[in-house]
Amino acid sequence: MQLALFIIFGALALGGALNLLFQRHPINSALSLVVVMMSLAVLYWSLGAEFLAAAQVIVYSGAIMVLFVFVIMLLNAGEEEHTTGSRAAYTVGIPGAAAIFCLLSFVFLSERNALSTSAIGGDLGNGVDNIAAVSAMLFTKQLLPFEVTSILILVAILGAVVLARKEL
Amino acid sequence: MSHLTNFEVFLLLSVLKVGVVLVITLMSVAYTVLLERKLLGRMQNRWGPSRVGPFGLLQPIVDGAKLFLKEDLMPLAVERPLFLLAPVIALACALVSVAVVPFGAVTRVRGVDIFELANVNIGLLVILGITSIGVYGITLSGWSSNNKYSLLGALRSTAQVISYELALGLSLVGVVLRAQSLNLRTIVDSQSAHGMLSWNIFGGFQFVAFFIYLMAAYAETNRAPFDMAEAETELVAGYHTEYSSMKFAMFFMAEYANMITVSCVATLLFFGGASSPFGHLIPAIGGHIMQAILPVLWFVAKVFAFLSLYIWVRATLPRFRYDQLMSFGWKFLLPLAMANIIITSFVLAIRG
Repeated sequence: MQLALFIIFGALALGGALNLLFQRHPINSALSLVVVMMSLAVLYWSLGAEFLAAAQVIVYSGAIMVLFVFVIMLLNAGEEEHTTGSRAAYTVGIPGAAAIFCLLSFVFLSERNALSTSAIGGDLGNGVDNIAAVSAMLFTKQLLPFEVTSILILVAILGAVVLARKEL
Repeated sequence: MSHLTNFEVFLLLSVLKVGVVLVITLMSVAYTVLLERKLLGRMQNRWGPSRVGPFGLLQPIVDGAKLFLKEDLMPLAVERPLFLLAPVIALACALVSVAVVPFGAVTRVRGVDIFELANVNIGLLVILGITSIGVYGITLSGWSSNNKYSLLGALRSTAQVISYELALGLSLVGVVLRAQSLNLRTIVDSQSAHGMLSWNIFGGFQFVAFFIYLMAAYAETNRAPFDMAEAETELVAGYHTEYSSMKFAMFFMAEYANMITVSCVATLLFFGGASSPFGHLIPAIGGHIMQAILPVLWFVAKVFAFLSLYIWVRATLPRFRYDQLMSFGWKFLLPLAMANIIITSFVLAIRG
């Protein structure tokens, strides 16, 4: 069953990603991105990372992508026109993407032994509660990066407020 | 049934549970509409529906048949696929969240808990996540209708839901801190020690969180006094202006299903879920079956009380203005919810 979940939602994620590229209308692309994120959330869950899955759905699909759709709706963006694309995209883009793909597969294959401890869907059956573990890790060992990240986000919010209200 | 394997029993019972819960949810959606019309009528000194069946009890069924048989108009200028998809998203998201609600005490029949569809470790987050996906139904319906009233209604609704989701989520943190779990079953169990005295709203001193939750929940479900999305004096009917027949009915059902979900969550988190308010004061009367059914009745009674409160509020309060709504959410509810989290965690840290 776990394998079936992986195949179905992996295919859905890939299909959504391809649809994102091929759709002409920005709102359809944004919705395909939502599909990709939801299927990724299911994959996370089938790997036992349930908190990550819920955060993915709530934060990315539920908040960030809603804002994307919101902006597209407000700008009333029309359909894209088909162009042949710039030269640079072909000369740099394709080798660059291939290089990143090769690098990632090399890293994953060479570190296979370290990664292979988590079987696909191995944690679906016995349901361990890993939220406590995640939060303990975040607030003890990773406290400094965590707080630095939150200050970074605070700075971004302040910047947005300053940009939005010029009279202040 | 003895020759079936465990997995087959699990599968059959699960399908049965899903069917029964779905039918009951849809029926209660239909009858919540009737309850609303009756109660609103009484509060406004009139009778409400009284012609179809005894006390108008068959009204929802007739309404459903009418909506089925209406002509399904498809306006010319709509974005067709999204226009069709939007009501499906709205209704599906409204119905799915019932799946993680435990509506009775743990009662196992051949190893399957019959009073909860799925016992998920992060049940609370699942409900929050599904609610946040439900926004797409409203947003897309407004945009794809190609109508300025629909678009304005959808924009208002989306902005409102995103803003109040923060206050809603933060108001639940106090409860989660007390129960130390996101599992709805565990949260209910953490309140079951002394009946009503150990409920989160009384013994848990989470009444501030409860009122934040209540107000945010009204805004989340686009109900009065926060029903800006369909303010009929300004926006015709808001995001579902262009919808007719069953597609309109799906939005309508989604609204009432959301009301029921929100009432279920309030019951589970603040009012002890399916546990009795008297705790162990009442002796356990009746056999096993009676003891299994009694908690379900308590649960239904609490949810019913919340639904009536919803209707009472709708009959009493006028609609907010849009800027009042936003400043209330961001400048009052959100800081209050944060203060509640800080105080709750201080008290828990000192006592623990």
